[in-house]
Amino acid sequence: MEFLHSLSIHSFLQYALIAGLLASISCGVMGTYVVVKRISFIAGGIAHAVLGGMGIAYFFQQSPILGAIIAAIVSALIIGWVNLRQQENADTIIAALWAIGMAIGVIFISKTPGYNSDLMSYLFGNILLVTQKQIWLMLVLNVIVVCTVVVFYKQFLAVCFDEEYARLRGVNVEVYYLLLLVSVAITVVLLIQVVGLILVIALLTLPAAIAAQYQDSLLRIMLVAIVLGAVFTSAGLALSYQPDLPAGATIILLAGSAYLVSTFTRPLFMKR
Amino acid sequence: MNQAVISIENVSFSYGGSMALENINLTVNKGEFLGVVGPNGGGKSTLLKLILGLLQPAKGKITVLGKTPEKGRESIGYVPQHARFNRDFPITVEDTVLLGRLGKSKSLWGYTKSDKTSCDKALRETEIRDLKQRRLNTLSGGQLQRVLIARALVGDPEILILDEPTANIDLRVEEDIFGLLKQLNQRATIIIVSHDVGFISEYVNRVACLNRTLICHQTSAISGEMIEELYATPVQMIQHIH
Repeated sequence: MEFLHSLSIHSFLQYALIAGLLASISCGVMGTYVVVKRISFIAGGIAHAVLGGMGIAYFFQQSPILGAIIAAIVSALIIGWVNLRQQENADTIIAALWAIGMAIGVIFISKTPGYNSDLMSYLFGNILLVTQKQIWLMLVLNVIVVCTVVVFYKQFLAVCFDEEYARLRGVNVEVYYLLLLVSVAITVVLLIQVVGLILVIALLTLPAAIAAQYQDSLLRIMLVAIVLGAVFTSAGLALSYQPDLPAGATIILLAGSAYLVSTFTRPLFMKR
Repeated sequence: MNQAVISIENVSFSYGGSMALENINLTVNKGEFLGVVGPNGGGKSTLLKLILGLLQPAKGKITVLGKTPEKGRESIGYVPQHARFNRDFPITVEDTVLLGRLGKSKSLWGYTKSDKTSCDKALRETEIRDLKQRRLNTLSGGQLQRVLIARALVGDPEILILDEPTANIDLRVEEDIFGLLKQLNQRATIIIVSHDVGFISEYVNRVACLNRTLICHQTSAISGEMIEELYATPVQMIQHIH
């Protein structure tokens, strides 16, 4: 309960909690698409390629988050385009972009003068360092992602469910597919603040994967995933506080354990 | 009066080096119930994809209702072979059928009342209205096929194209589905692809035999000899009297 006491006096903890809750919204929404469309490998590629943009921005003394947003969108468009045009080699190309992005980031960060402590927090996140300015940015990114999904819900559903049929019904599959990946990319940037880019994929997919085991429609999966994401980030933050564990890793372990428990106990619930 | 709804002139198509279709000529008239039969790899699905504008012919010309396939397909209801989607996808019957309204729907966001009315009508016609809240992965093969037919009907198509609609379905359900198609044929032209010549000849007016090249027969002219020629092996067949 020391966490609750500290929460009432330390603004950095309040910011961390708000950041976790904000991240859960986009995470639940876009994570659902990632799970049902089975594109977690693509989302992983985007997340890791982001380090390239962060490294370049860091080197030129710009905001790493700005670099992350640009790199995320560019890599989403490249990976999406590769997936649409070069389906046979998509797997290899995505894996290459994944590593190339990280390599660019590592080189730029190593050539940046000064102490490179930030590298670890990009990779594994540091939710306790979230500033008020970043919270506002997260709010804006959330609004963008949620509005996009609200407006294009049925097109996204058509593209995720049955691409060929969507095309026959006059849906511009390429455009909506790329828009979907760009929204995933923006969500990845939001989550990097919380758990870092290496752990992003777990937070993006696990809440939605658990929700998908119990819910029958996209919208319900999203809502449950948002709640689960909020629970995991808040509880992870609270649990990590007193023993001084890394918050990002604690959040992921919590989500991972919940997924395992859910997977193994589900047959018991479903038999009734 | 014979009014052509689909016309295919001298169309050829090849995948890489191998010729899949060669010099195909076919005119489908309004109100027809055409069966397309042929061995696996004979080009049946390729022909459908050309008509739907999903593939472009290497040679020749296709028109659908006097327009290019990309424009004309708006008026085609398509029922794909072994659905290409993931059957575990979290979607209800009703939402699946409503997706057939995309392109037709006037609404930018969500669905209008007329979309819902069309959906309800299609569900009733295919007799799956009581399943509308069910998730797709809880349906039997025959029920899923009806959902796909309802999705094709909900856009008020002038032409209905079905690719092996009765594969993986038991015979009794197969008869039900053909009965439904017979009924739908009163308002829509139907093209159906099947490997089962004997069975479909009972329902269709004309059979197009496709094995890289295409030969048409009136149903009454189907004989064991002709099928042997098509498949190049003796085929079991029941002779129908028309």
